[in-house]
Amino acid sequence: MPPATLKASRGAPYARLVGVGGYRPARVVPNEEILRHIDSSDEWIRSRSGIATRHWAGPEETVAEMAISASGKAIAGAGITARQVDAVVISTVSHFAQTPAVATEIAHRLGTENAAAFDISAACAGFGYGLTVGKGLIVDGSAGHVLVVGVERLSDLTDPTDRSTAFLFGDGAGAVVLGPSLEPALGPTIWGSEGDKADVIGQTVAWNEYQPGQRFPALRQEGQSVFRWAVYEMAKVAQQALDAAGITAQDLDVFIPHQANMRIIDSMVKTLKLPEHVAVARDIEFSGNTSAASIPLAMERMLETGQARSGDTALVIGFGAGLVYAATVVTLP
Amino acid sequence: MAASREEIIAGLAEIVNEIAGIPNDEVTEEKSFTDDLDVDSLSMVEVVVAAEERFGVKIPDDDVKGLKTVGDAVGYIADHQS
Repeated sequence: MPPATLKASRGAPYARLVGVGGYRPARVVPNEEILRHIDSSDEWIRSRSGIATRHWAGPEETVAEMAISASGKAIAGAGITARQVDAVVISTVSHFAQTPAVATEIAHRLGTENAAAFDISAACAGFGYGLTVGKGLIVDGSAGHVLVVGVERLSDLTDPTDRSTAFLFGDGAGAVVLGPSLEPALGPTIWGSEGDKADVIGQTVAWNEYQPGQRFPALRQEGQSVFRWAVYEMAKVAQQALDAAGITAQDLDVFIPHQANMRIIDSMVKTLKLPEHVAVARDIEFSGNTSAASIPLAMERMLETGQARSGDTALVIGFGAGLVYAATVVTLP
Repeated sequence: MAASREEIIAGLAEIVNEIAGIPNDEVTEEKSFTDDLDVDSLSMVEVVVAAEERFGVKIPDDDVKGLKTVGDAVGYIADHQS
């Protein structure tokens, strides 16, 4: 028998960001509170990281609750209803039930009509990974609108007595809605992984090796190795994303790197030789490192405070444990 | 041609000056990067990358931890120049 002829779907010519929303937990934790458990100082923390405060979630502010809150804002901002969301992509490393994916609960409670829903694990590059998956779903006709959320409760994975990481991490959720577009509004993604550096960032103990009585697994990293990779290797990736989108740094309005550390952000700006007119996201001062949530959270803040405007051209780049990275140029919603 | 010890110190002094704002003549072999020259662990990475470019050496992350003083760095660069 000859192979059957299949029908295939084809979607919109392009995809674009149509809405963004964030959720920041109510409790603001200043450096003074971190200092109760480590021998350090406010000045030391600020000079090494640029972080002054971070939000830590309370018991009610679960991964699902935070994601739903951020998603509601993003969906409202997009001017659609949850019923028009056909796929929900959740990026997180701090949802502690292995299965089912938290995405299904979020899709259900938002009121989608049985939207496809799944979690991805790409750490601090998770937002860019989700964006890239979502774009593909829209262009291939698998979805009309896609919700992409980065959500973390990294306070659960923080060792308060580790003076090199206790101050770094925060909690929160950032969501975007992707929709169809007649014009290109998302550049090609430059993404990848470097598994030879898998031990540079990770958790102290694997779940299946964790023994009762031990400290709960926490995030740990080789600070100098991460810094070198982020500043020098990721600047090359960021430049490739500009090149792939057919623009130069001069054409940019906004730069939103993953909010890992202010020193990394400052050094990236220098290495990339970004012109003065480019607004740079520095949300880390108030949010700490929120992994996959950091880019959409910073995007929302920049739009709310007028540092960025709808229609602006923004370079976004995420990088983290894996090691993994993803950079692309987007038109802001 | 390989740089002499004096040339390496002079080059490192320029790099440390640029990154940490320390006057060039204070960058001498016995000085500790962190304790004497205001070069913290992250700035040290910037010093190392600048030194790699300037002197054509590779300084892997694992070896950076061993470079406590300017003299350590001078010795490392002198030994690893191509």
